[in-house]
Amino acid sequence: MKSVFSTNTKITWCPGCGNFAILTALKRALENLGLEPEKVVIVSGIGCHGRISEYVNVNSIHVIHGRVLPVATGIKLSNHELTVIGHAGDGDAYAIGVGHLPHAARRNLDITYIVHNNMIFGLTTGQVTPTTPKGMKTRSTPYGNIEEPLNPILLALASGATFVARGFSGDLKHLTYLFEEGIKHKGFAFIDVLQPCVSFYDTYEYFRERVYRLEDTDYDNTDFINAVHKALEWNERIPIGIFYKTHRSTLEDELPQLKLGPLVHHKIDNVSLEKAYKRLY
Amino acid sequence: MKPRRISFLICGMAGDGIFASGTILSKTFMRGGLNVFSTNEYRSIIRGGYQWYNVTVSDYPVYSHVYHIDFLIALTKKAVEFHKSQLSESSTVIVDTKEDLESTAGNFTIVKVPMSDFLREAGAKRIMRNSIALGALISLVDYDFSLLESVIRDTYKEDVAIKNVELAKRGYEYINQLYSNHKGFKKLSRREKPVRRIFVSGNEAVALGAIAGGLKFYVAYPMTPASSILHFLARLQHDYSIIVLQPESEIAAINMVIGASFAGVRAMTATSGGGFSLMTEALGLAAMAETPIVIVVVQRPGPSTGMPTFTSQGDLRFVLHASQGEFPRIVLAPGDAEEAFHIAFYSLNLAWKFQIPVIILSDKFLGESSWSCKEFKIEGKVEEGKVIRGTYRGEQPYRRYALSKDGVSPFAILGTKNAIVKANSSEHDEYGVPTVNPQLVKKMVEKRFKKIEKIKEEMKKYEVVKYYGDPEPECLIISWGSLKGPILEAMQRVQDSLKVGFVQVLWLEPFPKNELKTLIEKSENRLLIENNKTGLLNSLLNEHLHINIEKKFLKYDGRPPYPYEIVKAIKGEIV
Repeated sequence: MKSVFSTNTKITWCPGCGNFAILTALKRALENLGLEPEKVVIVSGIGCHGRISEYVNVNSIHVIHGRVLPVATGIKLSNHELTVIGHAGDGDAYAIGVGHLPHAARRNLDITYIVHNNMIFGLTTGQVTPTTPKGMKTRSTPYGNIEEPLNPILLALASGATFVARGFSGDLKHLTYLFEEGIKHKGFAFIDVLQPCVSFYDTYEYFRERVYRLEDTDYDNTDFINAVHKALEWNERIPIGIFYKTHRSTLEDELPQLKLGPLVHHKIDNVSLEKAYKRLY
Repeated sequence: MKPRRISFLICGMAGDGIFASGTILSKTFMRGGLNVFSTNEYRSIIRGGYQWYNVTVSDYPVYSHVYHIDFLIALTKKAVEFHKSQLSESSTVIVDTKEDLESTAGNFTIVKVPMSDFLREAGAKRIMRNSIALGALISLVDYDFSLLESVIRDTYKEDVAIKNVELAKRGYEYINQLYSNHKGFKKLSRREKPVRRIFVSGNEAVALGAIAGGLKFYVAYPMTPASSILHFLARLQHDYSIIVLQPESEIAAINMVIGASFAGVRAMTATSGGGFSLMTEALGLAAMAETPIVIVVVQRPGPSTGMPTFTSQGDLRFVLHASQGEFPRIVLAPGDAEEAFHIAFYSLNLAWKFQIPVIILSDKFLGESSWSCKEFKIEGKVEEGKVIRGTYRGEQPYRRYALSKDGVSPFAILGTKNAIVKANSSEHDEYGVPTVNPQLVKKMVEKRFKKIEKIKEEMKKYEVVKYYGDPEPECLIISWGSLKGPILEAMQRVQDSLKVGFVQVLWLEPFPKNELKTLIEKSENRLLIENNKTGLLNSLLNEHLHINIEKKFLKYDGRPPYPYEIVKAIKGEIV
């Protein structure tokens, strides 16, 4: 049966692209959570992942490179009854737009941020990104990448994200679970997804051999120091799952303006300036 | 005829409380019924930079500061050195008794007040010196001490206010005793029961106009000289249920504003040239996604960091062309607080009716100068244009970019029942899905540009240009923005000997070609006045009307022109 969240737009990702699993997991998560399409908003960035906006039958805005989080912030604060999900590529999230991540995390806005991390620039045909492994040859590093890659999980933890997870496109069921948990989480939910790029960096086999679910172990995801240690694990075994989860008041909770209901429903005509004038007499 | 103006200058070092006392003095005179214009100059230094605050008052309307100083409160000896050329034999300088002014003495009256002694006796901090000076000044000009007292009490917390009033009283009584009744200084008139007015800066007026226009979301990164909009709105956020945030950058600011607008909320940001440079990419996003936003650009001299605390009109071409590609935008340039209020109010309506970015182009001289004004009256209503709330009831599935006669599509806010809203930074079809289909792309480009015709219709409702002065001028001044004040002040000084007219351009995009043409042809003897190097407004006159103004008075040292300089320019002395 066709999902209520499917659209008729032709999908233009490469056959076998890791984005398909993210798309399917997202639609299943939305269905499982029983959300209405009109109450969900996707914000996507620039890169192969960005087309997800057009492939899900919910409200969406496909923005400029790197600016998913500030646009999502504006939307959420304007109507906090909406479910807001940001999708970004590793270029968006960790290169040009990395400056927004710590701030969105420490503000603890109630949104979900899904990073399609294929460790390569796919849409611009294969250049290095901040998560490309050291030594890897790409079109912009023909002699091998000379830079150390960034650790997204550690960055999210250090920034104060209240939900930090890693998923893998090769494990659809687990990915669906992570998306559901992330969306349900009240606060900033960060989910880095290992997403193979079949055209420029096919990592299916590499990750299949190494990933294991934290949920299958006795790992305690409520301990921050535990999470920091776990975030450093990247070798023969690579953990996926929820690294850390905690509760803190959200940015929306801190705004008494929102006690009157979503900002978008506030009355805006016939404003009296009396209170403002009082400061100027 | 030159109406009588009295001008006060309070000078000191950053940290001396110069602006606070300038504001208190301004409000004291305003509450006494006088008209007030105040402006300031300071450096980008928190402690120890030289600064001044100028207060000009009159029974008549005051449009600008003037060069001559009647009363100088010198909280630093340097002040007399710096402003010597602005002092005459009718000027009075108030200093601390312990200051030795012998080396800088000139042909003006010096009034020494033992400020340091009074401070010591009261056990007060050095910053309270200015209250003693204000008290002394109020006595010199024979004004009502109770007015000063009331302003001090309304300005500070109770304990601080009591101390400041006590010190002001010392200064006031000291002068009373020193000079008995006939002090021989210039006196100021006081009106009984004057109409209650507000003392408001250009930046505050923009904030007020936006609040009246339904502003609900204001996000801005601090940048001089735009920051006082942020400060003012931050204080008012709970009174008006406006979300006011300071984000991580100007890039974040404008993108948050776009997000809010997409969700259906009236949103605005403000910055200066450097911050606007960072916003240019997202300006294009607003245009392509057709999200209504308002950006206030408060200019300061560039390029780069330039002079952060000074004024300029150097960004006109920049805001007109900023961001890649072609798209309609509106650029509005108010000339004083009153215009700033009305323009800010209707800028939000324009943004929402046409679903485009609107830029309010201000500058430091307008943003940080203050006027005594009657409370602003809101003209018009909040208009949302084609906004859909609640439920979408169209027969076809909702299309965010539905083609329409006027280029404006129905705008369902997020959460509207039966409407899936898809917006896109990529060229897109009616549903907001990316396309490169040549016929469709052409239609979409044309759809966005169709709005210009409708905006041109709408322009007729507003004062897009204003004309002042003689209907048959011998000299015609053309200018824009904050220079309105000094120009009006200068015109009063020459009106007995020369017929002068003044065309003020308020709408810079769409350019009010037809309205300007008639006015500009009133005289062949035209004078262009701008606060920039290359005459940017003149370049627009060239472009749109094929008119080149030969006579130009262009000032680009970071300062607004004084009225006397404009008088000279009118007479052909400094063109």
